[in-house]
Amino acid sequence: MVHWSAEEKQLIAGVWAKVSVEECGAEALARLLIVYPWTQRFFDNFGNLSSPTAIVGNPKVRAHGKKVLTSFGEAIKNLDNIKGTFSKLSELHCEKLHVDPENFRLLGDILIIVLATHFTKDFTPACQATWQKLVGLVAHALAHKYH
Amino acid sequence: MVLSANDKTNVKGLFGKIGGQAEEYGAETLERMFAAYPQTKTYFPHFDLGKGSAQVKGHGKKVAAALVEAANNIDDIAGALSKLSDLHAQKLRVDPVNFKLLGQCFLVVVASRNPSLLTPEVHASLDKFLCAVGTVLTAKYR
Repeated sequence: MVHWSAEEKQLIAGVWAKVSVEECGAEALARLLIVYPWTQRFFDNFGNLSSPTAIVGNPKVRAHGKKVLTSFGEAIKNLDNIKGTFSKLSELHCEKLHVDPENFRLLGDILIIVLATHFTKDFTPACQATWQKLVGLVAHALAHKYH
Repeated sequence: MVLSANDKTNVKGLFGKIGGQAEEYGAETLERMFAAYPQTKTYFPHFDLGKGSAQVKGHGKKVAAALVEAANNIDDIAGALSKLSDLHAQKLRVDPVNFKLLGQCFLVVVASRNPSLLTPEVHASLDKFLCAVGTVLTAKYR
């Protein structure tokens, strides 16, 4: 059972309340595809991913980024049962999407950097530590049903 | 992993803009690393790791200086960091996974202090550079 202190819950809620899921989601996915280009392997049908500019402006990237971060929001609503929350999504990523779980860790780290650019000095070390814990748990939950 | 001409320009440009603040960046990187990844503290049992620690500041300065040195000699990082590479292999023996953790925290420091500098392209270049530094520092491990 994961334990969240009151402070950690506040650090998560405080940040999340100010996050534009559409903007941050789009940015996080775009940066993933730019910084780790091999992750483009999952998105052959997304059209033009030929340059950072193309990726950032790609409407499918934006839409999918929003979808991914919206889903991430479910973890925040269910901090005490992240594994249960992502059980079906885990099966999907294994059986249908065939995504190496390492990619969840990469995206989590990228999300942290996006949050840092948005929140600047408010993204304190304690805030980062809490969010690294959260993205780690989400990645773990998404990998949990792999077989 | 090869640093392109663009990567080198991006990294040199970034460190040029960070300038004299590199020391502070180094200290904050370590502070964040110890907070987010407590297991990294196991390498510093002899340090006071409390807030504002002079030892952490001092060590952050060393770490930053090494990154600056690598950026200034970006065409030959292995050469520039050769002695540091020996040190890590023979004496420090920091497990290779930890260089990624340090790199992540350095990126967060740059992102939080200079969001406009860390465009996706610069982010990619800096990430590659930090990987290259980690690779050099662990190259002589075995």
